[in-house]
Amino acid sequence: MIRLVSILVGLFFAAGLGWSFYNGAMTAIEDPAAQTVEQAYHREPKEIHFASDGPFGRFDNQQLQRGFQVYREVCSACHSLSHVAFRDLSQIGYSEAEVKAIAAGMQVPGIDPVTGEANMRPGTPTDYFPKPFANDVAARAANNNAIPPDLSLIVKAREGGAAYVHSLLTGFRAQPASLLRRFPDAKTPQGLHYNPYFANLNLAMAPPLVANGQVQYGPGNPKPTVDQMATDVAAFLIWTAEPKMDKRKQTGWVVLGFLLFATTMGYLSYRQIWSGTKH
Amino acid sequence: MSFPWAKHYEPKHPAMKWLDERLPLPRLVYNAVGGGYPVPRNLNYWWNFGFLAGLCLMIQIVTGVVMAMHYAANTQVAFDSVEMTVRDVNWGWAFRYAHVNGASAFFVVMYIHIFRGFFYGSYKAPREMVWLLGVVIFLLTMATAFMGYVLPWGQMSYWGAKVITGLFSAIPLVGDPLQQWLLGGYAPDNAALNRFFSLHYLLPFVIVGVVILHIWALHIPGSSNPTGVEVKQESDTVPFYPFYIAKDGWAIGVFAIIFSVFVFFAPNLLGHPDNYIPANPMSTPAHIVPEWYFWPFYAILRAFTSNFFFIQAKLMGVLAMFSAILVWFFLPWLDRSPVRSGKYRPVFKWFFAVLVVDVLVLGWCGGAPAAEPYVMISQLAAIYYFAHFLIVLPLVSLLERPDPLPFSITESVLGKDHEVPLVSPSTPPPAPASEEVTA
Repeated sequence: MIRLVSILVGLFFAAGLGWSFYNGAMTAIEDPAAQTVEQAYHREPKEIHFASDGPFGRFDNQQLQRGFQVYREVCSACHSLSHVAFRDLSQIGYSEAEVKAIAAGMQVPGIDPVTGEANMRPGTPTDYFPKPFANDVAARAANNNAIPPDLSLIVKAREGGAAYVHSLLTGFRAQPASLLRRFPDAKTPQGLHYNPYFANLNLAMAPPLVANGQVQYGPGNPKPTVDQMATDVAAFLIWTAEPKMDKRKQTGWVVLGFLLFATTMGYLSYRQIWSGTKH
Repeated sequence: MSFPWAKHYEPKHPAMKWLDERLPLPRLVYNAVGGGYPVPRNLNYWWNFGFLAGLCLMIQIVTGVVMAMHYAANTQVAFDSVEMTVRDVNWGWAFRYAHVNGASAFFVVMYIHIFRGFFYGSYKAPREMVWLLGVVIFLLTMATAFMGYVLPWGQMSYWGAKVITGLFSAIPLVGDPLQQWLLGGYAPDNAALNRFFSLHYLLPFVIVGVVILHIWALHIPGSSNPTGVEVKQESDTVPFYPFYIAKDGWAIGVFAIIFSVFVFFAPNLLGHPDNYIPANPMSTPAHIVPEWYFWPFYAILRAFTSNFFFIQAKLMGVLAMFSAILVWFFLPWLDRSPVRSGKYRPVFKWFFAVLVVDVLVLGWCGGAPAAEPYVMISQLAAIYYFAHFLIVLPLVSLLERPDPLPFSITESVLGKDHEVPLVSPSTPPPAPASEEVTA
């Protein structure tokens, strides 16, 4: 009896699936899906290497400081960094005095101690990076109806991570003529900017890094080309997304060393205990 | 458990004697994982995964309790509270990544444990209850993992909650009210998050309870083994301690090494980037996908794209997805081959191999976007999935001619020469399990 019922149930599901398959196959034959403009022109991020890559990779503080400079002078006009506090900057090699100076150089929301009214005051190391817009409506109003995403986790929140950030920053260009020939309706709308690394190819952000030397690096640093600045800020954003990465990898090697030893001991005791026992 | 040759617990230290007379806890442990539990001597490495599953559950509970100390179940702060744990709590990143990857590890280990059971017929008499309780554990773990994934309140968390609770709305008549009742509202919000957190903390302890029953039920007939032949004599078994403690111990080492590689060097490899974007009810992710361990079932859900007679495609998908697991409950009665182990079943062996590939294909389709050719591939794979359990297994068990079985475990390990007579006609058969030592 149970065999009979089970075979009927199996046939029921198989028939339902077969019917779906038949319909899908007919649609695929009669009305094959045309390639979309995204499928034709979207590009995977360019390959790029960072000092922090791989299990032995470590953050390069010089680079992170340059990247922070790019963030502060370029990106922070529109993008918040809400999970990072000024005090965290001591982790990338700034001294206590430097952190205090950086914090004091930025205005954060505060309360007037006399009147109790909201005001702006210089930051302290315990403050978090201030948001450039008062709220989402203001952010949309200033950015062609798009909200600039918070950057603290952007490297972990996008497929491709830091390579994506770097490609996006350096990927702005004019729409290829072949695209408009094949997809005349896909002209980048007014106010948006063509970028093949962005999911739907049209981005509200204008190219933020436009000229070599846009950010002045201090002596002893590489030339601030557009590519170098994009690389540095991407490296900085790896750190903001995962400030504990160095500690995590270092701990990992210690843990693995111990486990290899313990597992070897475990294997030897297993062999010894079973040595007289066939199995 | 109860083989007549099982060793008996004899406390030596006066304190242990005192304790054993009042609360025989040491005796219980001795009979569960000590010398008091005789185990077939021929278990291969596939039998380590039950022990590892228990270890994974412990990892999840320990790391989860610590995570819960820093988590806030409120839609306003849930995402930030998790980030705060990772950034500002001492070793918070280690606990979070161990918990996140621990879920994946738990499912890897459990899937291997389940497929071990499929191949070696671990669900057959007299171990049906072990199997049924195991399927219950799997279902509870799926529910727990789903609710845990919602807690960080990222984009995938939010939309996953919306999609999965939306499944209930496919039920005719009561669907929509049922979904609202489950969520405590019209869409996932604070009420849903709060109750998911409550249940995510509660269910693991329910799982522990069912695990205890699972092990209890196992210890009545004793462990199965790769030959599928029941234990007949003392030479078939070795005591759990020290033999399998040592073997499991070294398996734990290998497991911990692989686990650590993920936690310390690739902690986000198995996750989805979108879950690092805070939940936004106004913006749908491009592809809503669950965690990888749900992909085969998700593929079955999405494989139904056309209404079937008067049944809506969505309802068919929901029915099929739940049936895909519920069918495991009936396995002991669907596969009626008298031979337990797949090793001695020449036809079944091949269908089992196809099933493994089939489930991997389903998993691959489940993680891919809902577009062709993935949907059509998952439809074919899902047909085989149901056919395997509901049609192939009952028929194969009827039609197949199994290979000859060894007389006993001893014979299969040591050869015929070592065979000793079972019981001489003058000795009575072994007594049935006595109550006091069932642990």
